[in-house]
Amino acid sequence: MLECGDITKIYTTGSIQTEVLKHVSFTVETGEFVAIMGPSGSGKSTLMNILGCLDIPTSGSYFLDTHDVSKMNDNELAKVRNTKIGFVFQSFNLLRRANVIRNVALPLVYAGIKKGERIIQAQHALELSAFPKEFWYYLPNQLSGGMMQRVAIARALVNNPALILADEPTGNLDTKTGEAVLDTFQDLHEKYQRTIILITHELYVAEHAGRIITIRDGVLVDDSRVKNRRRVQNNTI
Amino acid sequence: MRLFDLLEETCVTLLSNKVRSSLTILGIVIGIASVIAMISIGQGAKMSIQSSIQGLGSNLLTVMPGVIQPGRGLVSSGRGSGQTLKNEDAEKLKDLSGVSYVSPEFQRRFQITSQTGTNTNSTVTGGMSEYEQVRNITIDKGTFFNDGHNRSMAKVAVLGPTVAKDLFGEDEVLGKTIRINRINFRVIGVMKEKGSSGFFNPDDMIIIPLSTMQKILAGTDFLSTIALTVADKEQMPFVQEQATELLKERHRVAEPDFSIISQADILGTLSQVTTTFTLFLASIAGISLLVGGIGIMNMMLTAVTERTREIGLRKAIGARRRNITMQFLSESMMLTLIGGIVGILLGWLIASSVSRFAGIATAVSPQSVILAFGVSAIIGIVFGYYPAKRAAGLNPIDALRYE
Repeated sequence: MLECGDITKIYTTGSIQTEVLKHVSFTVETGEFVAIMGPSGSGKSTLMNILGCLDIPTSGSYFLDTHDVSKMNDNELAKVRNTKIGFVFQSFNLLRRANVIRNVALPLVYAGIKKGERIIQAQHALELSAFPKEFWYYLPNQLSGGMMQRVAIARALVNNPALILADEPTGNLDTKTGEAVLDTFQDLHEKYQRTIILITHELYVAEHAGRIITIRDGVLVDDSRVKNRRRVQNNTI
Repeated sequence: MRLFDLLEETCVTLLSNKVRSSLTILGIVIGIASVIAMISIGQGAKMSIQSSIQGLGSNLLTVMPGVIQPGRGLVSSGRGSGQTLKNEDAEKLKDLSGVSYVSPEFQRRFQITSQTGTNTNSTVTGGMSEYEQVRNITIDKGTFFNDGHNRSMAKVAVLGPTVAKDLFGEDEVLGKTIRINRINFRVIGVMKEKGSSGFFNPDDMIIIPLSTMQKILAGTDFLSTIALTVADKEQMPFVQEQATELLKERHRVAEPDFSIISQADILGTLSQVTTTFTLFLASIAGISLLVGGIGIMNMMLTAVTERTREIGLRKAIGARRRNITMQFLSESMMLTLIGGIVGILLGWLIASSVSRFAGIATAVSPQSVILAFGVSAIIGIVFGYYPAKRAAGLNPIDALRYE
């Protein structure tokens, strides 16, 4: 489903070249829940940008759902992001002046879908992310952090993407709400067979996934299954 | 992205920042309103001058002593300083073909007093009975003087309505005696009001027989003006040429020592003046429009900085460069569009209240409305384009990380 072949990324600042990713290769199958882990400065953010089609590798290949992304231009990348990828960010990135439904439906606006259809799909996505119905017409600043992240998850699900990419989704949440969000991801993985990549620097968070890829100094150092997978006991927000 | 979604998005964004949006719109409103008001005041002035000059008599040629340099207009003519035009010149001009009336005139300002002690300073014109036809005089009360008055050097006067009012107020004027330069004149008529044309007031004058003027009041034998009407408008250039030849011959000069001005020349000069005047007003107003435009750009640049993360998010979830450009352009255009509409209404309101309360004629022309509308649309695009490009050019990775 997702195949990285020998990905290298070099940033050039003036005459100084920095090799951030060095020959990274791995594959992710459909329906897998993978955590990419590494300390800050390890190159995991760069890897996420490439996996999320926000950037292209300097060399190497990246196939997403049989499309070769590594050679695409800006507009083609925008289209792939719009149809194949759902993002969840550490800081939620919701529009302040739009209510929950409008926030969730935003990716569909750029897909050119009519308003009535957008609302139906947004409601469906909110149900998948276990977001309570009575808050559908609230503004983001009226919600708690955990609720906001559920809105963001619903927004990531709304275009029915091939891949959900979560960048430190629990970074701005306390442990308890963080666990509830992780539970939502586990649910999506187990009940709905979604492909999820979770980027984090905490082993504790990574252990909620089924497989951990560890990066250090731009090199893939470890790729292994999680033996004692963490389960969320109490999933209330 | 659908057009309706774009507009909805634009309205939501602008409404979420009402104070800032309305202040920015206000800048455009002031600019557009002042452009509209200034142009309409200028055009109104132009139209009223044109109509009052036409009211002075069309098909009119005016011969004046001295040479009027082209482009310097009537002001520098030094009227009355030359003493070359004589009564016989006027007599000879009557014989030219195509000429219907000739009115020799002598003009000078005098102090005029009434018997009740009121006084005024006004222009006294000596003329023949033809003056009435040539200058389109309408008598309100009494009569105009006739050739008999002229032959007998009668001391009679026809007053303009302004003079009549200044001297006698609302009292009966006919038969009263006025003193011009300490000589008594009997009032035999009052002219109908013509209305001021802004630069000179045809109602503020007194007409007396030419012979009386020349022999008794001024003691001269020359004329300050010879006005003549031409039967057919098409003949004007021909008559003008004939008259020039005739007077050159009579004065025995190679180059004319007089000027013949047609109504078209006066109209042309004054139009030039009012056009310059309008342009001057409009360019001052244009500066305020420019300032309004810079206000738009300022607001949009602030918005781009404030919404950097939003732009990053929109790009991450699939917005293309064009979507972002259109979003910001549509915001700036919406601002100028609203500003333009309100500005046109306000400008029209200013123009009509100026003509109502200040008595200055104004005319809001469709051209000036279209111009103002076009200019505001262009301002929206021009001043919105740079911020929009800047927003669209943001790298989504950096934009998402922006604090």
